Amino acid sequence: MDWTPRTTPRASATFDEHTLSEIRRAAATGIYDIRGAGAKRKVPHFDDLLFLGASVSRYPLEGYREKCGADVWLGTRFAEQPIHIKIPITIAGMSFGSLSAQAKEALGRGATLMGTSTTTGDGGMTEEERHHSTILVYQVLPSRYGMNPDDLRRADAIEVVVGQGAKPGGGGMLLGQKISDRVAEMRTLPMGIDQRSACRHPDWTGPDDLEIKIEELREITDWQKPIYVKVGASRPYYDTALAVKSGADVVVLDGMQGGTAATQEVFIEHVGLPILGAIRPAVQALQDLGMHRQVQLIVSGGVRNGADVAKALALGADAVSIGTAALVALGDNDPALDEEYRKLGSRAGCYDDWHEGQDPAGITTQDLALAARLDPELAGRRLANYLSVLTLEAQTIARACGKSHVRNLEPEDLVALTVEAAAMARVPLAGTDWIPGMKSNGEAG
Amino acid sequence: MPEIDLGSTPLRQLNAALHRLSPDTNERHWIVDHPAGRHAIAAGLNVPVTVEINGPVGYYCAGMNKLATVLVHGSAGVGVAENMMSGFVHVTGDASQSAGATGRGGLLRIDGNASSRCGISMKGIDIVVKGSVGHMSAFMAQAGNLVVFGDAGDSLGDSIYEARLFVRGKVKSLGADCIEKEMRDEHKQALHEVLERAGFDDQIDPSEFRRYGSARKLYNFHVDNAGAY
Repeated sequence: MDWTPRTTPRASATFDEHTLSEIRRAAATGIYDIRGAGAKRKVPHFDDLLFLGASVSRYPLEGYREKCGADVWLGTRFAEQPIHIKIPITIAGMSFGSLSAQAKEALGRGATLMGTSTTTGDGGMTEEERHHSTILVYQVLPSRYGMNPDDLRRADAIEVVVGQGAKPGGGGMLLGQKISDRVAEMRTLPMGIDQRSACRHPDWTGPDDLEIKIEELREITDWQKPIYVKVGASRPYYDTALAVKSGADVVVLDGMQGGTAATQEVFIEHVGLPILGAIRPAVQALQDLGMHRQVQLIVSGGVRNGADVAKALALGADAVSIGTAALVALGDNDPALDEEYRKLGSRAGCYDDWHEGQDPAGITTQDLALAARLDPELAGRRLANYLSVLTLEAQTIARACGKSHVRNLEPEDLVALTVEAAAMARVPLAGTDWIPGMKSNGEAG
Repeated sequence: MPEIDLGSTPLRQLNAALHRLSPDTNERHWIVDHPAGRHAIAAGLNVPVTVEINGPVGYYCAGMNKLATVLVHGSAGVGVAENMMSGFVHVTGDASQSAGATGRGGLLRIDGNASSRCGISMKGIDIVVKGSVGHMSAFMAQAGNLVVFGDAGDSLGDSIYEARLFVRGKVKSLGADCIEKEMRDEHKQALHEVLERAGFDDQIDPSEFRRYGSARKLYNFHVDNAGAY
């Protein structure tokens, strides 16, 4: 016998297929990879938590008969006109520019059908989104593209964006392919340039300045509008505390799974915290200041289903925000478009070259022909359906835990499947009373 | 002529009264005394009235101003006339950081010096500074004119887009992608018009200024330019 058994070819766990391809791409081009969406690596997430449900010691609500509330008031601290949303899910800020006008309209339509809010982005407010969004949150970003006091006054709330989960410490990016005439005009930029926004605000630095900035925004809008402060999840305890100190009505906390229109892959995957590790420190900050439920907390980054919504609320959030999932509901990455995604070097479910503006779904593009493929009315209806399912699912879980309102979900309803998730969410590892990092009396260990 | 004493009247009351004015109001000239560095004085005005402030103001005076004329007889804190849309803001003293930041229109005149980041991200505003401006002025400036009678600090016009910068004195250094450009007759004429609107008529000779603007080499990212940052 002259055949000698050989080991089978073995791929490296360290130098896996994706890593090797990125090394080759970098060697060939000399520039970092840019893409859209949020972190794709596996991180501890809501999937690592379970609800306990009711049993002998807890009474459930009748799943199909007893009412379970889901509405949320936002901005009750200082604003004379706080916002009332009917479901605990809002649409995150996404710019016209990164998204087509049709996509922005669809987001407004879907949110409005469900009685919730949508949010502008790094490019100002369009007539389409104002017209189709009953509740519209207007972002104040470092770039201040399109910023004007008239839009500030016709918004329903104002969101001062300090950062976002996909790139805490980074500014917006919109490459030349998407700087159309209209986008360029709204942003006062030459057409076709690579727009790289500032990461710091031009007229304030630090929490003391932010407090004064918020005061100015309140003065301009006569103290009518709720003012949110949005931060990427990095130091959630201190950022939340400082946002409260600065006078925010609402804190928006975005984890690393939260999407972006475009930035460096290395930024998306290696900077910031998964949302699971950020909620409890933020809630702790609110509780330490006596402001939990006085200043509302909205969390985002990888919310996909009603269980995620319920878990976020149980950990202490008042509402969640969705971006990537909302785009999927509109039609992003639809398998029906697989052939077209493959022509772009990707495939349905993986497409993230949103910065290139060639989205066959007509969502992340400024190409008028591609954008025209998206029917805003139909896409808005799909988003409303999806939001409805998220709400129904969260209510289902809340009833099973004996809660008459989703906001009554609490950490005590949860256990974790992994040690990491138990430590981050500060709930016991399933089947134990062990919360890593905490003493049995609830103090930090 | 309404006179408001901020020593005894809450700022909220002043701003609310100014915001309630209709465009055809008869109360066209307001006097504000004892501002004592209060923030956001006369922010968010939306009608063509004149507000005269006797004393120093804090942050964001005349922020997002539209149509109004705001005269500050004293110095101004951070972000005076930030994001101004139109109208005229005149500071007789010095201005702190980020004067005229992100302004989209109108005219800001500062008789003293302006600190760092004057005209940062300006988007169409015209800014005239009789004194000097600090470092990183006109950072990412997109449109409009920044006119400096004195000197400019480090990194003037860093990452500038299409704004035009005119400096009569010395420029300590230029920022990334900002270069000196030829001062042709059309630019002298444009500068003359800005100076005239700022109230300098023919007192200043535009030909004494040097012009700076974008080399436009960094508008689209190219790896060969990575070292520019």
